[in-house]
Amino acid sequence: MRRKIPLAIAFVFGIIMIIQFFIPHRISVEFYRNMLNALVIVGIFYYILAVSSLIRVHRGKIKRKKPGWGYSYVTLISLVVTAVIGVLGGAYQATRITSWFVQHFHWQIEQGTGLMVIYTYIQIPMGATMFSLLAFFIASAAFRAFKARSLTAVLLLVTAFVVMLGRVPIGALLTRRLPEIFHLTNIVEWILKYPNMAAQRGILMGIGLGMIATSLKIILGIERGYLGGGD
Amino acid sequence: MRNRAFTAIFLIFLFLVPSFIFSQAGIEVVAVEDTLISLPDTLSEIIAPTEINVFDTPNDAGENITITWEITEDPSGIIVGYEIFRSEDKETGYEITGFAGKKTEEFKNRTNNGVVYYYKVRAKTSDGKFSPFSVISEGAVSQPQWFHTGRINALVAVVAFVSLLLFFVSTAKKGKSLFIRRIAGLDALDEAVGRATEMGKPILYVPGLSSMSDIATIASINILGPVAKKVAEYESTIIVPNRDPIVMTVARQVVKESFLEAGRPDSFNEDMVFFLTDSQFGFAAAVDGIMVREKPATNLFLGMFWAESLILAETGNMTGAIQIAGTDAVAQLPFFVTACDYTIIGEELYAASAYLSRAPLLVGSLKAQDMGKAILVVVVVIAFICAIVNTGFSLTTHTPNAVLSKIIEFVQSWFKV
Repeated sequence: MRRKIPLAIAFVFGIIMIIQFFIPHRISVEFYRNMLNALVIVGIFYYILAVSSLIRVHRGKIKRKKPGWGYSYVTLISLVVTAVIGVLGGAYQATRITSWFVQHFHWQIEQGTGLMVIYTYIQIPMGATMFSLLAFFIASAAFRAFKARSLTAVLLLVTAFVVMLGRVPIGALLTRRLPEIFHLTNIVEWILKYPNMAAQRGILMGIGLGMIATSLKIILGIERGYLGGGD
Repeated sequence: MRNRAFTAIFLIFLFLVPSFIFSQAGIEVVAVEDTLISLPDTLSEIIAPTEINVFDTPNDAGENITITWEITEDPSGIIVGYEIFRSEDKETGYEITGFAGKKTEEFKNRTNNGVVYYYKVRAKTSDGKFSPFSVISEGAVSQPQWFHTGRINALVAVVAFVSLLLFFVSTAKKGKSLFIRRIAGLDALDEAVGRATEMGKPILYVPGLSSMSDIATIASINILGPVAKKVAEYESTIIVPNRDPIVMTVARQVVKESFLEAGRPDSFNEDMVFFLTDSQFGFAAAVDGIMVREKPATNLFLGMFWAESLILAETGNMTGAIQIAGTDAVAQLPFFVTACDYTIIGEELYAASAYLSRAPLLVGSLKAQDMGKAILVVVVVIAFICAIVNTGFSLTTHTPNAVLSKIIEFVQSWFKV
């Protein structure tokens, strides 16, 4: 029974959603919209589970004094402070509490609310910092990948070199006196447009069919791995 | 000096006021009354839009009528767009209902279902003048449709694919052995789990950063089951950090069931599967931290990844872990190929559950997938040959071959949804 009910739900709603795709009528469109809304509402409740999981894990780390347990305090305090500021002060529009602070302490909040200040001056810079690491990781990964150990590695190295050179102004400058067909920018364009695109489309076609097959397997109850365990 | 200034202002005022009054009056009258189209605002040299055609917008939820017309010849480029007028009475009561850009030949108008509407169109110039009105259209009624005719191709494809799937599944059920090619990344899963057990270190499993509605996440969860079972059998530890709360709940249930199935429910700890953050780079930073602190012997990155893929894979590489990655995000594949020991590419991720379990039903579905791909390849090759030959015709005879063109159009139309 524990398996049959979820499988039946997956089958019924899977078939309904397939049928819905072929019906443009308003009833069908509204049903689809309601389903999406239901998903969002259910998702919000899942955040309660998520936050409780986060608190539990970090509380455990502090309790057991695991390496780096001090950072768990930072996480928990940040979580509480951000939540309190967000709930009391408002997210996009200032609440009366924020307005009171602004009036009495003559604060100037350009972002409108305390939460947006945290988002703008803490969350975004931290995200940008992590993202900027990518440049260094690309350099180290490229150094490893472009070692000419075999014929295919040499091919990769040469292609990467041509593409990188063709993407910077000096590439165009170096080949400007050659016939147009040998201009680096044109060669790069050709590489990206034909061999690269052909390979990508090959993978994409497989992915498309794989997605359809997986969806059908789930709807028909052939694939049950997402329920946990085997059959 | 002051007198001159006063006279100038007076003259300007004298000129502006009547022109303002008359222009306002002109616009108002022309907008409502059809009979006054020969007012000074109308440019007789601009021909009225022709071939006005009005019909219920196909394949929609109703409340929409499409108006098409042939654009007016405009050699001097003074037309800025077209005004669309609508009435429920063919003879009178026309009111402006929309404006379309200068090169537009189609306008979709929001309507009430079951009401007959009539339309007429006129061109507007950059100096605020108008062409004569087009002829009044036939009446059109909007209504919702119960079947999207533009998706017949998708319906046929789904029916064909389901038939293939059912055929191969029944073949597999009969016990006929079906060949599956070797997938190195999936073969290495056992080795990777074993290695972690030998080293006494945990296994890190990241089920991607997407939500449960992403097929790649579902595929990843399907792989998590057998991996967790193996971990339970070897009495090792698994760490499953999550970005999405729903994925976390499902992953936790899957790991729990796998431990139960392996006969070690006591080894399962709820904190093995936990939520980190829904911030993309916050998640990457946290997982990097886990890799550096816990030093897992095996890192599995399976699911949907974006820009953080290389940040995760390179950090894992630096910690010396054996890494297996799998994603259907084509843009991230090169990063994983570079930084991981094994990469499961695109559709291999979806084949993983069949490959790992070797269950006949799942293997049968893989065969259907392969057959579908073979059909696609044949269609693409036919279209490709037709296109090449057609280009040859165009070059030699300066006219494309009609039959080949129709084949190409047909193939193209079948790939549009």
